[in-house]
Amino acid sequence: MTLETIKSEIEATVPGCVLEIIPNPSPSAQHSLRIDPAHAVAIVTFLRDAEHLRFDYCSNVTGIDWPVKEISEKVKVKQIVDGIEQEIEEVRKSHTGGYLEVVYHLFSMEKKHGPVILRMRTEDRAERVHLPSLTPVWQSAEFQEREIFDLYGVIFDGHPDLRRILMWDGFKDHPMRKDYVEPDDYEYEPTAHDEVLERARQHRTVMGAL
Amino acid sequence: MSTTIEPVLAPSSSANAGESQLLELSMGPQHPSTHGVFRMDVVLDGERVLRLKPVFGYLHRNHEKIAEQESYLGSMPYTDRLDYICSLTNNWAYALAVEKLAGIQVPERAEYIRIITAELTRFLNHSALIGFLTQDMGASGTPLMYAFRERETILDLFESLTGARMMCNYMRFGGCRVDLPAGWLDQTRKFVATLPRFLDEFERLLATNEILMARTQGVGVMSKELAINAGVTGPILRASGVNYDLRKVDKYGIYDRFAFKIPLGEHGDTYDRYMIRLLEMRESLKILNQALKDIPEGPIVDPKTKIRGFKPRPGEAYGRIESPKGELGFYLISDGTANPYRYRVRSCCMMNLTVLEQLCIGHNVADVVVILGSIDIVMGEVDR
Amino acid sequence: MFGEGILKGLAETARNFLGSYVSKKRLTTVQYPEERLPQIEAYRNFPFLVYDGEDWQQGLRCVSCFICEKECPPKCIIIEKSTDKKPDAVGKLQFYPKVFNIDISVCMSCQICVEVCPFDAIKMDTDYELSTTNRFSALLWDKQQLAKSNEHYHKIHPTEAAAVDAQLAAERAKVAAKTKAAAEARPASPTTAANTNGSGPNPADKPVPAGSEK
Repeated sequence: MTLETIKSEIEATVPGCVLEIIPNPSPSAQHSLRIDPAHAVAIVTFLRDAEHLRFDYCSNVTGIDWPVKEISEKVKVKQIVDGIEQEIEEVRKSHTGGYLEVVYHLFSMEKKHGPVILRMRTEDRAERVHLPSLTPVWQSAEFQEREIFDLYGVIFDGHPDLRRILMWDGFKDHPMRKDYVEPDDYEYEPTAHDEVLERARQHRTVMGAL
Repeated sequence: MSTTIEPVLAPSSSANAGESQLLELSMGPQHPSTHGVFRMDVVLDGERVLRLKPVFGYLHRNHEKIAEQESYLGSMPYTDRLDYICSLTNNWAYALAVEKLAGIQVPERAEYIRIITAELTRFLNHSALIGFLTQDMGASGTPLMYAFRERETILDLFESLTGARMMCNYMRFGGCRVDLPAGWLDQTRKFVATLPRFLDEFERLLATNEILMARTQGVGVMSKELAINAGVTGPILRASGVNYDLRKVDKYGIYDRFAFKIPLGEHGDTYDRYMIRLLEMRESLKILNQALKDIPEGPIVDPKTKIRGFKPRPGEAYGRIESPKGELGFYLISDGTANPYRYRVRSCCMMNLTVLEQLCIGHNVADVVVILGSIDIVMGEVDR
Repeated sequence: MFGEGILKGLAETARNFLGSYVSKKRLTTVQYPEERLPQIEAYRNFPFLVYDGEDWQQGLRCVSCFICEKECPPKCIIIEKSTDKKPDAVGKLQFYPKVFNIDISVCMSCQICVEVCPFDAIKMDTDYELSTTNRFSALLWDKQQLAKSNEHYHKIHPTEAAAVDAQLAAERAKVAAKTKAAAEARPASPTTAANTNGSGPNPADKPVPAGSEK
């Protein structure tokens, strides 16, 4: 029961779904399956209820922030120069990232197999951050999706009680994002160095000599 | 002249007249029985619990974001402080995840040492738990101190091995930090030989105690389906009758060489969760006896591991172990640099708290404390 | 009989209570600070800097390589390198730390600095009675407060210190053997014979062989 067979079974059962296997280059060989948000609930209901799969235990729900990263790669391109076909190296710039990702690790307590790893990606990191909640399928996703909402800002549609869980209720911004800027709360620290020392120096000039 | 006394919760309409009797109570973060800074907003009808909302985050120390700025080895001391009672199993879970990520092999002697320390940790966690549970029920300190007597000896063993009692920082990627000091094995063998007598004494002290049985039997019953769906793991899952122990399912380390049984409960109430821990302590002793007998000589750590400049290849891995409280997992994403790109702790205590509301509804306030005690949470892991 | 379980438990408690008068194992309380338990050798608390010999500034093993500062997880070590050099235990000229501070209110005693130090210059101390009256400056230890002698290290961690000394001695013997072999392998050059008759060495035209500088 490999990831490819599971993928073909899901495609046979849930029409219209878009799946993609994301390979994992590390020695752990835990490859994951990217599912599209529109059919997510149908896909995972099939995974939970199918007789030979029975993935009844959702162990881990993780949020990951992929900010936009520019990568440039050198590509050899054939071009006609002065009538002679030559191979020239061209630098192509492309973008990866620019979305938030949610990863689900599924195991089966009944059949004792697993893990099956599912991924869902939002469209961008600013406004279109809605994903379907899988809490109606597994209650174990409830607190973890709340945590991803709190720390990353992904809004789960269909979650019974989506509010902040680790930060306090009036908190703004989402701390685990890569571009999070800490609020400027200055406290005396005797061994300040690097950026803390810079902030301390700014406060000292404002407050006068200590 | 008659004085009218205003009711505290004024009824809004006649239809809601029953609601005016409800009391909303915050069993707040500063509470002697909530096992740390944990708050429960309970809505009570008299003494019966109608709704319960757990609120945590008071001990959130941002462990996951700190780990993105530290090297892989630099996060190891922080993992001690997750579930601060069982620091060696936290270390092992993290080391396992990194070893899966980078494909590092562990020598045999190191695997035996890991199992010995993990089973000792399981013993000390369960003995602290049954002590604290009886303390919450009002047995003010006596069973707790009996349990802590054994715990102190184990902590002394850890101190002579790793240098610290609780924040051990002992596992490394590919093995353990230092080898066993001279005489440690004999000391441990002598100590483990006295433990069955301690367990018998504890059972005589409490297991047939009528007060304990009246307060725990039938209280906080968790059905199998609820337990599986809510992602509950560990002894409380097995107390509901589900046979899922990672030591037998994943067979991580060299657990498949040891013969031990998995105790299962029938009713899923607090009494089962309590007795399961006593039975698991006996199984741990079986594993300890076998491991202490068979431990071979050899290297302590994989010779190719690097302490500084450890840069695994890009990729991701999820490694999990059966910690004394449940399934503790680490999910690591590496991008080829010395710091992890994403470091996630799958915390068993936080998942076990998902069912707290459903277990407590219908019971009295006094039972809430007992049920919370039997779920066994440590706030360091819930909040990270 | 109803209540039998409670009576059995009470019998157990009575056995422990009365037994604590006769058996040492059941009386586990230690009247600290009048009585103390013997300290376990491997215990670690906060780091200290090792120096060889009598003079703490001259014998300090630290060469200010910054490795412990970089690897420290809570970043509590602050080092500033000196501009001049001083001779170390074998006489080689090394940098030394002009400033070496450890903030022990931040240090979490994880021992990673000890593990990564290539010169065995920083080790873990065992003193835990460290209460002070000042919250900030008294908990920032400087080089002088941190420097303790090798004899102190032998007193608190005898087996570990003996192993470190043996390893350092072996390394120095290896280096000394190598320089001796290199000095013997060098052929006797005619300029050396002429040197003893001449007025003095002329550094411009005679190359100095490696390993002979002190």
